[in-house]
Amino acid sequence: MAEEMNHAHPGFIGTYIFSRDHKMIGKQYLFTGLFWALAGGFLAYGIRQHLAAPHSPTLGHGVMSPDFYNTVVTMHGTIMVFWVAMPILIGAFGNFLIPLMLGADDMAFPTLNMLSFWTFFLSSVVLLASFFVPGGAAASGWTAYPTLSVQQGVHPINWGQVLWLLAVALEFVSMLLGGVNYITTPLQMRAPGMGLFEMPIFVWMQMAASLIFMLSVGPLVGGAVLMLFDLLFGTGVYVPEKGGDPLLWQHLFWFFGHPEVYVLLLPALGIIGEIIPVFSRKPLFGYKPIIWSTIAAGILGFIVWAHHQFISGLDPKAASVFSITTIIISVPFSIVIFSMIATLWKGSIQFTTAMLFAVGMIAEFIIGGTTGIINGSAAADVYVHDTYYIVGHFHYTLFPTVFYGTFAGLYYWWPKMFGRHLDERLGKIHFWGTTVFFNMTFIPMLLLGLAGHQRRIADPTIFPLLRNVQYLHVIATYGLYGMLAYQLPFCWAFCKGLVGKKDAERNPWRAATLEWLAPSPPGHGNFDKQPEVVAGPYEYSKPEEKEDFIPQWKPQEAL
Amino acid sequence: MLNWLPENISSFGKNIDGIMYLIYYVVGAWFLLAEGILIYFLLRYRRKSHPTAAYAPGKTGKAMAWVLIPVALVLLCDIAIDAKGTAAWDELKVDMPDTQELVRIEGRQFAWNFRHAGSDGQLDTADDVVTNGQLFMKVNDKVKFELISKDVIHSFFVPNLRFKQDAVPGRKINGWFDATKTGTYGISCAELCGGGHSYMQASLVVLSPEDYEKWLKK
Repeated sequence: MAEEMNHAHPGFIGTYIFSRDHKMIGKQYLFTGLFWALAGGFLAYGIRQHLAAPHSPTLGHGVMSPDFYNTVVTMHGTIMVFWVAMPILIGAFGNFLIPLMLGADDMAFPTLNMLSFWTFFLSSVVLLASFFVPGGAAASGWTAYPTLSVQQGVHPINWGQVLWLLAVALEFVSMLLGGVNYITTPLQMRAPGMGLFEMPIFVWMQMAASLIFMLSVGPLVGGAVLMLFDLLFGTGVYVPEKGGDPLLWQHLFWFFGHPEVYVLLLPALGIIGEIIPVFSRKPLFGYKPIIWSTIAAGILGFIVWAHHQFISGLDPKAASVFSITTIIISVPFSIVIFSMIATLWKGSIQFTTAMLFAVGMIAEFIIGGTTGIINGSAAADVYVHDTYYIVGHFHYTLFPTVFYGTFAGLYYWWPKMFGRHLDERLGKIHFWGTTVFFNMTFIPMLLLGLAGHQRRIADPTIFPLLRNVQYLHVIATYGLYGMLAYQLPFCWAFCKGLVGKKDAERNPWRAATLEWLAPSPPGHGNFDKQPEVVAGPYEYSKPEEKEDFIPQWKPQEAL
Repeated sequence: MLNWLPENISSFGKNIDGIMYLIYYVVGAWFLLAEGILIYFLLRYRRKSHPTAAYAPGKTGKAMAWVLIPVALVLLCDIAIDAKGTAAWDELKVDMPDTQELVRIEGRQFAWNFRHAGSDGQLDTADDVVTNGQLFMKVNDKVKFELISKDVIHSFFVPNLRFKQDAVPGRKINGWFDATKTGTYGISCAELCGGGHSYMQASLVVLSPEDYEKWLKK
C-alpha cells in the first residue's frame, strides 16, 4: 500500500467515487445492486402480504389499493431484472473478475467503465424519483404493454411511466457502455500465453451475454423513445385510433426480452462453471462444447421471442414456428447443464457455501427449465399463459440464476474482493434456509396457475374458482417471510466480512485461474508482475502431478 | 400436480390437457433423472467417501457421449411434444369450424360485454341479444366469436374451457370454442388492464338447446 501511495494516487474521490479501477467499479455496482435488492425484496413482501390477506393492511399503508398494487408489482419486476440482476451479475462480477482472470491490470477503457457506472447511478436516481411524482410510479407491468402504458390517467402526463422509460433507457446505456469493455478486454488484453480457449468459462459467458445484450437492445431503445413521444407529445405510435399498433411494442420488447433472459443466465452459469470444478477438483467437463452450446443458444434466443405472444393476436400460423424454436433451445442448454453435472462425476466434492449455492442453482434451475416446456408449447400455453404458473416458472429460472448465482459468487470471491472470508457457518444456515423457503414460496404459485389463477390481480378472493385455493397464497406468503428471515445470516456475514483484519490468503480455495495469483484484495494494477499463462483454466487432479491442480500461471518468484 | 386443473368442459380442452399430461410425464421423468443423478453424484463423490478426484475433462467424443446421448434423447422428446402440440394448436387456433353461432365479445375497462347474433347468425341486426357480464351459449355447439377491445389490451380467459385469447384495441380477432357441459363458469381477464383488472369478471352460461332457444326468445 505504501508504495502505491507514491504513484499519482487518485485521492479519496478518485478511489471511492469517480474511480476508474475495475475492482472499485465492480464493488460500486455490487452495493448499488444490493441496495435495490432490498427495495425489490420489500416490494415482494408487499405483494405477498397483500395477496395472502387482500383486505388487511400492508406496508403500513392501510389496505393496498388495486392501483397501488399494480405499481408494486410493476416496480418489483422492473427493479429485480434491471437494477438487481444486471448490475450484480454483469456489473459487479464482470467488472471485478474479467481483468483479473485475464491477467490484465484493468479493463480496456477504464474511463468508459466509470461512465458506465455513473450512468447506471443516474438511472437509479431517476427510477427512485419516479416513486414520488404525481400519480406515483409506473403501474403497467414490467413489460409496459401499450395501450395501458400510454393511457392518459388522472394526471395530464403519466410521469411515473415517463420516468420509468427514461430510467430503463439510461440503464441500457450504462450496460452498453460496460459491454464495450466486456468484449474488447478479453479480445485484446489476455496475458501472454492465454489463447481464447484458455479463458475461464466465466469470461466467455460474460462476453456472450454482452454480445447478446448489445445485439438485442437496440430495437427496444428505439421503441422506448417512441413510447416516450406517445406519452409526452401524443404521437400515438402504439395507439390504434391514431394509426398505431400496440402489438409493435410487444415485438420490440420481447425481441429484447427473451435474449435478456440469457443475458442474466449466462453470467450465472459462468460463476458456477468456475466454482464447481474447484470444489470437485475436476476439470470443467466439456469446456468447448459448453462454449459452442452457449453460442448456439444465444443465436436461437433471437428467434423465440413470439412465444411470449402466442395468444396476443399474433397470426396463429406463426405460433408453431416459435413453439418449435423454443422447445429446441432445450438442446444447447441441456448440454450445458448435463456437462456441469458430469463435472461432479468421480470428483472429490467439498461442500463449501459457494459450492452449495452453485449446485443448488442447478437443482432449482432444472425445475425452471422443465416447467418451461409447458408454456413453450403453444397449445398448452393457451391455458397457462398469464397465469401464476408463469410467475412460478420464471421465478424458478430467475431466482436460482440471480440469487443463487450471486451468493455462490460472493461466498467464493469475497476473499479476493475484500481480503476476508464470509462466515461459512452463517453461509450454510443462509443456504439451507433460503432453499427450503424458496420452494415453499414458489411451488404454490405453479399450482395456483394450474388451478386457473390469472396473473397480476389484486384480489383473488372475488373469483369463485380461486377461493378454494386461496390457502396456497397464504403458504407462499409464509414462504417469503422465511426466505427474507434467512437473509439475515447473510447480512450478518456480509457486515462481518467488511470489517476486521484482512487475513485471506491469495489462493484459499486452491483454484487454477489467474485471479488467485493476485493479492487478496489486489491493489491498483492487480498483479505484482505480469502473469504468464502456461496451462488451461481447469487442470485439476491431473495424473502424475504432485499437486492436485496446475495453476494457469507460470510460477513467479516471491516478492 | 395436474390434478389442480379445474374441470375441463370443452372438446379441444381434452387435447390441451392431453399435451400437458404428455409434457408432465416426459419432462417429469427427465426431471427425476437429472435431480437423481445430481444428488447421487453429490453424495457418492463427497470428499469423505471419495478423497481423490479422477481427471476427466470431457475432451474426447467418447466422453462427451455421456452428455450428447441424453441430449439426443431430449431432442426426440422435443419432437414428440412439438408434433402433438402443433396438432392441438392448429385445431383450436388455426382451423375455423363451420358453425352458425356467432358472438361478439368486447373487453373494456373493466367489464366483458357480449353481443349474441341470434337466430339469423348475423351480428348488428335487430335480433341480436346484448348482455353485460354474461355470455350465453348452447351446449355441444361450436361458437364463433369476434373479440375486440375498446381501450387497452385485455385477455378473455375461461379456465374451464382451457381457453384464452387477448383482445387488442384496433384489431378484430376471430376464433371459436365450445362447451360440452351445461352450467355457469367464470370468465376473467388475464392481461393487466389497469386498476380494475381484478374486478373484470363475467360468467359463461352454458344452456341445453331448449333452454337456449327459450333464452333467445325472451
